[in-house]
Amino acid sequence: MPSNLPRSFARIRRLAPFAALPLLSGCGLVVLDPAGDIARQQGNLIVISTVLMLLIIVPVMALTIFFAWRYRASNKEATYKPDWDHSTQLELVIWSAPLLIIICLGALTWVATHLLDPYRPLATTPEQVVAANAKPLDVNVVALDWKWLFIYPEQGVATVNELALPVDRPVRFRISASSVMNSFYIPALAGQIYAMPGMETKLHGIFDKTGEYEGFSANYSGAGFSHMRFAVKSLPAADFDKWVADAKASTDGGLDRATYLKLEVPSEKEPVRHFATVDPQLFDAVVNMCVEPGKMCMHDMMAIDARGGAGIAGIQNVRSVAYDKFAARGTGSLAGWSVRYVAALCSQQMKSADRPDARPVNPAPLKGEGLSRPGEAERTALNTSTPRPMS
Amino acid sequence: MTPTPLPATDPIFGKLSLAALPLHEPILIVTFLGVAVGGLVVLGLITRYRLWGYLWKEWFTTVDHKRIGIMYMILGLIMFLRGFADAIMMRLQQAMAFGGSEGYLPAHHYDQVFTAHGVIMIFFVAMPFITGLMNYIVPLQIGARDVSFPFLNNFSFWMTAAGAALTMISLFVGEYAQTGWLAYPPLSGIAYSPNVGVDYYIWGLQIAGVGTTLSGINLIVTILKLRAPGMGLMKMPVFTWTSLCSNILIVASFPILTATLALLSLDRYAGTNFFTNDLGGSPMMYVNLIWIWGHPEVYILILPLFGVFSEVTSTFSGKKLFGYTSMVYATVCITILSYLVWLHHFFTMGSGASVNSFFGITTMVISIPTGAKLFNWLFTMYRGRIRFELPMMWTIAFMLTFVVGGMTGVLLAVPPADFVLHNSLFLIAHFHNVIIGGVLFGLFAAINYWWPKAFGFKLDVVWGKISFWCWVVGFWLAFMPLYILGLMGVTRRMRVFDDPSLQIWFVIAAIGAGVIACGIAAMLIQFGVSIWKRKELADESGDPWHGRTLEWATSSPPPDYNFAFTPVIHNLDAWYDMKTRGHERPVDGFRDIHMPSNTGTGIILAGFCLAMGFALVWHIWWLVIASFAATIAYAIFHTFNYKRDFDIPAATVAAVEAARTRQLAAGA
Amino acid sequence: MSANTVTAGDPVQFYDLDEHAHPEGHSTMLGFWIYLMSDCLIFAILFACFAVLGGNYAAGPAPKDLFDLPLVALNTAMLLFSSITYGFAVLQMQQGKVKGVQLWLAITGLFGLAFLGIELYEFHHLIEIGATPQRSAFLSSFFTLVGTHGLHVTFGIVWLLVLMVQLGKHGLIAANKRRVMCLSMFWHFLDVVWIGVFTIVYLMGVLR
Repeated sequence: MPSNLPRSFARIRRLAPFAALPLLSGCGLVVLDPAGDIARQQGNLIVISTVLMLLIIVPVMALTIFFAWRYRASNKEATYKPDWDHSTQLELVIWSAPLLIIICLGALTWVATHLLDPYRPLATTPEQVVAANAKPLDVNVVALDWKWLFIYPEQGVATVNELALPVDRPVRFRISASSVMNSFYIPALAGQIYAMPGMETKLHGIFDKTGEYEGFSANYSGAGFSHMRFAVKSLPAADFDKWVADAKASTDGGLDRATYLKLEVPSEKEPVRHFATVDPQLFDAVVNMCVEPGKMCMHDMMAIDARGGAGIAGIQNVRSVAYDKFAARGTGSLAGWSVRYVAALCSQQMKSADRPDARPVNPAPLKGEGLSRPGEAERTALNTSTPRPMS
Repeated sequence: MTPTPLPATDPIFGKLSLAALPLHEPILIVTFLGVAVGGLVVLGLITRYRLWGYLWKEWFTTVDHKRIGIMYMILGLIMFLRGFADAIMMRLQQAMAFGGSEGYLPAHHYDQVFTAHGVIMIFFVAMPFITGLMNYIVPLQIGARDVSFPFLNNFSFWMTAAGAALTMISLFVGEYAQTGWLAYPPLSGIAYSPNVGVDYYIWGLQIAGVGTTLSGINLIVTILKLRAPGMGLMKMPVFTWTSLCSNILIVASFPILTATLALLSLDRYAGTNFFTNDLGGSPMMYVNLIWIWGHPEVYILILPLFGVFSEVTSTFSGKKLFGYTSMVYATVCITILSYLVWLHHFFTMGSGASVNSFFGITTMVISIPTGAKLFNWLFTMYRGRIRFELPMMWTIAFMLTFVVGGMTGVLLAVPPADFVLHNSLFLIAHFHNVIIGGVLFGLFAAINYWWPKAFGFKLDVVWGKISFWCWVVGFWLAFMPLYILGLMGVTRRMRVFDDPSLQIWFVIAAIGAGVIACGIAAMLIQFGVSIWKRKELADESGDPWHGRTLEWATSSPPPDYNFAFTPVIHNLDAWYDMKTRGHERPVDGFRDIHMPSNTGTGIILAGFCLAMGFALVWHIWWLVIASFAATIAYAIFHTFNYKRDFDIPAATVAAVEAARTRQLAAGA
Repeated sequence: MSANTVTAGDPVQFYDLDEHAHPEGHSTMLGFWIYLMSDCLIFAILFACFAVLGGNYAAGPAPKDLFDLPLVALNTAMLLFSSITYGFAVLQMQQGKVKGVQLWLAITGLFGLAFLGIELYEFHHLIEIGATPQRSAFLSSFFTLVGTHGLHVTFGIVWLLVLMVQLGKHGLIAANKRRVMCLSMFWHFLDVVWIGVFTIVYLMGVLR
């Protein structure tokens, strides 16, 4: 399988003399020099787009300075044509030059956006790194006020403010939040995606270097936002297994619903914690906003709504919140309206099916595979028909 | 943790109590004392020199578009100083808070500072500046005597001022929002922001928004209806064109902001569930709605300045604008396209690759007409005779700065690149690059260009150049480090940092902000010095730059009625045409001129609205009802006044014009 | 540009030496149209919210549980009639009959009040059974959309009363005629918006 498009363009950056930005990567430009394949392709895309645009920006800046100097009022030798205000050829050039750049950039954007879609499983990661059929490691991420919870469903452990990942293995993050919007971002691994309450976003990534990195929330979420950072460890497979074993032996106890409800109370600078066990349905309940006992899950509510609601009888099925998890933010009664939620109808929680991933994009048509190179014999279906006689 | 109950709502004072005064915040106390002392001195001086009557009669109640324009500019300038003070505070905090240091601002204060900085700079600095500019120049450029609805113009100004006042009150009574300048829910919802900050935000913007929308309607109608005979749409000066497009954007986008904030306030006040997490609300809806307003907003700000650059380049190159037609079409293209790009502000919300790439590509497409504009300015300079007066210097600085901002903007429009740069300091550097390099530099060009028109004397060049160089150097010093920090993965709105290697960049940025502060000081000195030396700098001709458009055809400052006789237009560069074909300025045969009368209704209504906004913030329900009733009653009372205009007698016109004739003769 | 071709020798008029002031209020209608379009945008947002959130019943009642179509049809009739009667007022104005205008405006106002009365009755009923704006996003957007329209009608009625007094005081002078026409546009605009509300909120809600 050929390498992905932005990377194949990356050699431009060695050729481009004015792409000085990568030179600065020595001083920690993690965005341009990350440790994961996705982030690397994204960083390359920045360089390629910059170079493409410099093709027009540099001449414009040079012309600005040149014209300003050449046609200064004191330079009486320069031509002066006060009534010259139109030239069809020039107009064509000044509209088509940016247009051409944007056509190139637009094509690049379309392809790269699909290839680097965070929802897209890494079935086509570079072959030297990973087998195409490797099962991704699942990590469920919850942005809490103001710390991060990571649940490893496969391993049955959970951590606060520490994320360990095995190197060279694709990771699939399912991301949600408990109260307000955050953005889950590990610059060394892959681009960010929002963590939103009551919703689930997905992100795929892979580390191809081991090391210690940092992750954080990239969307302001309140007073403790600055400290909403977590350590990211990219470990060799054996070390990762050891890390999991250590977590299982942790003395911090297990993560059940009651512990989670205590954990989600706003706090800052939360130390790293490991939970030896985790309620397997917890993340599902978080996404569906029904960790609190007796609260209706959103997927149940949506199912009822899709069938036309619960009728007049459903009106009264609301309860006031019995406790206030946001006490730290000074919430008492809210402007006279009590905070209410819809009570669960059935005593047993339903389990929502994990929504299937988006299907991997087949990059072949995007990249024009199968089309012949100039000079080669035509191979496409369009041209396999019998040649028409020359007229 | 035990819940801290909010104080019960008092029937008289609502939620307002002495605890709302920030007596424990030394920074605010000092600021308050400074403002109080300064304010008292100003009030004292006004009283001492008996200026109250003059101010009330000639300024506060005026319906003259020129005076309203100047008042807008003063409002913008005052708020700019406040917004810049916020910026300096942020730069200081970020340069200090490393290695365990918490800096000098606690989260509660810092989060208000960055929110207020954004809101003030956009709504109460940039908007008043461009509205004031359009107010002053557009009627002159189209040969009109005033705007279509002069009373509405006065009312719009005072509503904007009332919104600004409410925002300023939050500094000393209560607190401002701690949500970021767009107040995304659920953070801005009542559950997570239970105090009055967000309410100040909402009502400040709602009150000002009424003014902005009405002023937009006013200027559209003015441009469409009051152009001088002969001025077809394709003979309008470019600044008027860009103003028209900008005002169309205002009218087509500010109602969206009004509706969106109204829904947010219903969530906060009435317990509805539009943007809440529970009971079916959708915070993502708010993010979409606010950006459907928010993206056109940035074009509202930049378009009029594109017009300014066109006027300035053409005037100081002594040459017709290159490609007028394509300039107009480019402006219209930008106007339309600005509605098709809002989603690029949240690619990271997970809309899917096809949606993201659609909005990414539409965003890039905007750079085509923008690029065409740049080339048009470039070829206007080509084969010109460029005079490097201050407005032209600002324009060149703009061209060199803005292209970089534009480039990083297109970069951010590539969704996968945005995934790594979204919300980073790279983004901050980008939009300051276009807003300072485009909007502010444009405003400075405009102020230096049209100041002589407004006041009859030029601005001092030496201090102008000092200010220019401080601004340009300071800008690059302050924001280049942010580009680099963004590529280092540093996110915006951070209060403290762990990584000590970042500190040097923040220190450089803070120094840059200091250099900009010098630029601002130099500009204020420039105004002062110019007023002091106004005799030396005086311009008798009314046309100090050898201008090309109609505003230079009248005296500086223009008389109340702008033009004794309405000009007839034959050419795009109407005034240049008149000059080259030897027009004769009429010196007799004057007639009575019909003009609108001044009225105090605007300021009174805005005062009631301010009281209502304050009462709503603090839940003082009796005052809400009283001020609302007063607003309606006074508005109705105003409609019973049918005598809204008067005639300037022909004799007065003749006297004013005779004085101008003498002035011209003396200058010649 | 064709004007450039005018040669210097031609007598060119650069000032309008015989001008007449624009008639007062000559651009009011255009301004009011633009205002109405901006108001229309507010409704567009409220409709959009209803379209997005209107199905989120939060396991509560849906339109078919709540709305009484015959009552709403009656309500719609009231507003449509009020538009027709406003049309009669304008016809009277064109014939220069002050009393006729006032009479038809009064009838329009009564229809408007009837509309508001029925709407308030409906709201009161919903709130009484617990279907309050706080119950679900659907109800929030329903109450806000319909309520905003109702508020507009309320302001229209206040304006109508003021205008009747002004007509009594000054008769059919140009300024008052202009006001009658502006209010006419406003009133018909509310009618058009209501057709949208009736269709999208009530009909599509109940019949879906």
